[in-house]
Amino acid sequence: MENMPVVNLSHARKAFGSNEVLKDISLTVNQGDVLSIIGPSGGGKSTLLRCMTLLETLDAGSLAYGDVKVAEADSTGKAVYGGKDVLARAKKRYGLVFQNFNLFPHFTVLQNVTDALISVQKRPKEEALAHGRELLAKMGLADKEDMVPCELSGGQQQRVAIARALALDPDVLFFDEPTSALDPELTQEVLRVIRELADEHMTMVIVTHEMAFARDVADRVAFMDGGVIVEEGPAQQVINNPQHNRTKAFLARFQEGAAD
Amino acid sequence: MELGVMVGALVDGLGLSAWIFVVTLVGSLPLGIVVALCRMSSFKPLSLLAQFYISILRGTPLMLQLMAFMFGPYYLLGMNMGTDWKFGACAVGFILNYSAYFAEIYRSGIQSIPKGQYEAALVLGYSRSQTFFKIVLPQVIKRILPAMGNEIITLVKDTSLAFVLGMAEMFSVAKALAASNVSMIPYAIAALIYWVFCLFIEFILGRVEKKLAYYHD
Repeated sequence: MENMPVVNLSHARKAFGSNEVLKDISLTVNQGDVLSIIGPSGGGKSTLLRCMTLLETLDAGSLAYGDVKVAEADSTGKAVYGGKDVLARAKKRYGLVFQNFNLFPHFTVLQNVTDALISVQKRPKEEALAHGRELLAKMGLADKEDMVPCELSGGQQQRVAIARALALDPDVLFFDEPTSALDPELTQEVLRVIRELADEHMTMVIVTHEMAFARDVADRVAFMDGGVIVEEGPAQQVINNPQHNRTKAFLARFQEGAAD
Repeated sequence: MELGVMVGALVDGLGLSAWIFVVTLVGSLPLGIVVALCRMSSFKPLSLLAQFYISILRGTPLMLQLMAFMFGPYYLLGMNMGTDWKFGACAVGFILNYSAYFAEIYRSGIQSIPKGQYEAALVLGYSRSQTFFKIVLPQVIKRILPAMGNEIITLVKDTSLAFVLGMAEMFSVAKALAASNVSMIPYAIAALIYWVFCLFIEFILGRVEKKLAYYHD
């Protein structure tokens, strides 16, 4: 139990029709890891994240959150998913922050953060509200709890979304291009929050196009292209000194920019 | 006949018109959701059945449907429904007919909710029914309110179709008064009362719309 990885994905395959999006992907995330997944659009990053968060189902392979075996490969490798109760238990283990925030527009900021605690996890209301306020304060949004999402900037909305995901106390937090919908200034405020979480050793998997951020915050970086993990290793090494040609080509533009 | 007496008789008829109006909404607003969900079901036979239901009820006159429910039980099934059946036939006819229109409005609203809302709810662990009732439906109601308002206003005036069942709602009363007094005045008064009824409904709808204007997406 002690050394069990937080998430373990092995030999994952996923195809949409004849389009193979994930080709035999294996990935392990341990307690306290910050893993960044980088790579070109269409390379399978988002699909990988969606499969790990049960928004898509794997065709083949296995997926486990700690001791909760979400999907196991049968003798032919086909992914066989557990029952409803297993999936419900797994869902308590992770949180997901979306590119487009996906806040509930009719809920106030505080309701967005606390409603799942109250109506899904059946926590006492007062306790949930206190926890929600604490998280909002941490996100620098203490004075915004009675507002609705449309009254906030994109950066503030994304911080509410992070608080909402954190409220359920997940073992691991996934980010799907959390700053792609934001301008550079708002991007910085969201990245600052994620950086703080990394300093607190929150286990995170971050799909991002922010290379400098990935290099500075992540422990490990995985470069994905064509449905495979082309290269994976310590963040500094992969980004500053990539080994594979494909990774070099992808990072060339970033490195030119950094050299200026 | 004195004007005051005429107005009094018409207002009495308005009571029955209002009864039809309220009963129809109470029945068809929830039933419409059920029909819409059946229509969108991935279980094909259920979806086809709902499509057929909507097609028949929208594709034939409400007046004819009312008569079918009134006389159908006797002529088709030999059942004697008693003298008060006209209230039952009226309620069933209006509720089913309006549920078909409401179902399509609900469907348009439900389909306009972004996929991301469902995905966020799924990841947070909401059950399917929680997702629908807490996350989706409240947003749907805001979006479909103008279209619903249209149908609800139409219903105010459609209540007059109950005259074919011999119900003493306001239009039947006006017709009787016009005949006995050889005057168009009762129709004019009835028209005015229908309009005031609609103004009241418009006012209520406006209030609801304002109440839901606290957010946009």
